[in-house]
Amino acid sequence: MFRIDTGSGVPVYRQLIQQVRRDVMLGRVHPGDQLPSLKEVVEALAINPNTVVKAYGELEHEGLVVRRQGVGTFISPTVPALPLASPPGLLNSLLRWIRRAEAAGMSTEQIRALVDVALDEDFEDESPLTHDGGVA
Amino acid sequence: MTSALAAESLGRRYRRDVWGLRECTIQVPAGRVVALVGPNGSGKTTLLNMAAGLLAPSTGTVQVVGASPQKRLDRIGYVAQDAPLWPRLRVEDVIEIGRCLNPLFDARMALDRIRQLGIPTRARVNSISGGQRAQVALTLVLAKHPDLMLLDEPMANLDPLARREFLTSMFASCMDTGTAVLFSSHVVAELERICDYLIVLRRGRVSLAGDVDELRRTHRVVTGPIGWRSSDSRRVINEWSGGGRTNALVRSGSSPSTGPGLEEAAPTFDELVLGYLEEDEPARQEALT
Repeated sequence: MFRIDTGSGVPVYRQLIQQVRRDVMLGRVHPGDQLPSLKEVVEALAINPNTVVKAYGELEHEGLVVRRQGVGTFISPTVPALPLASPPGLLNSLLRWIRRAEAAGMSTEQIRALVDVALDEDFEDESPLTHDGGVA
Repeated sequence: MTSALAAESLGRRYRRDVWGLRECTIQVPAGRVVALVGPNGSGKTTLLNMAAGLLAPSTGTVQVVGASPQKRLDRIGYVAQDAPLWPRLRVEDVIEIGRCLNPLFDARMALDRIRQLGIPTRARVNSISGGQRAQVALTLVLAKHPDLMLLDEPMANLDPLARREFLTSMFASCMDTGTAVLFSSHVVAELERICDYLIVLRRGRVSLAGDVDELRRTHRVVTGPIGWRSSDSRRVINEWSGGGRTNALVRSGSSPSTGPGLEEAAPTFDELVLGYLEEDEPARQEALT
């Protein structure tokens, strides 16, 4: 189930999306697994149902989940098994980027801070499709 | 789609030159959960009373689902501050009154709900706790399956557990009936998880109204060295200092505000609300223009 951190600056619906994405990436959930229902999430977290609808809708739009009318919301069967490695260029381009940052004299802490800044910027982005390609 | 609530230049004058609310133009879409925020005396209760049909406007119009509130009384659920109920009546009698006064009242649902919450139906209203009283008042409103719920500081005086029960009940109704909710609150910190639409009132005027995510997209917090002043044309809403930096809440525009030592980020929910609550403080206004 989800955890919400209000005051973090990240909108609640974004937090829900990020947690599903992270769980998929880390292999905590698998294609076909059912997400908690709208009612379950609202009852457990006492959050606005519109927020959950928005998060699930966006996840569906991204192709990460599928909704079956009257049954529930499931992790999409077409979700790549291990997205961590899946777009092969992604990790390499990230490594290249990190080397450039190190060559410029940045510390690990500074690099991490820069990534945070970039992610903060990115959650403003209306188009969810640009999200995964942002690093390259 | 027809708005759950629509106000057009709505105003209410209490005495000559004393306005409780003026020039209020807002649209609350169906099914939204709207937080109404503002200092004491900013017009929150005046707006709620006019939306509930309890107070006649001095200027402008207000409509609930496309008609005047008086024509929609059976579609409106209103819980006034402190959830006033007849103290000497038993809970079951309060429900019975609700049934007699409202043709569409769902008495079975109301009693089921009261029992589920563990509130004794034979108890008198003045003998149950504040949290239970708030739940009884909310139950009366929910049993109407209203299109619009108006709640005036519904969670004041409730402990965290009772607040949570109150919220989940309210949200269940939003999910089942598609009810729109307009509720006033002083507790900014808890609003972020509750509302998806925000209205900020200041001195009887609407200073901000809109979808929360949209508002966060259209505003920025720019941080710079102490004493830094925004020179760009974008309107500065408010500024404050902290941690050796000067921060400004600004409306975002086409040109990014880059400069030596300047950083930009989306505002947190609290920064957005507090920024507008403190907007136009006379001392600050001078410094910013």
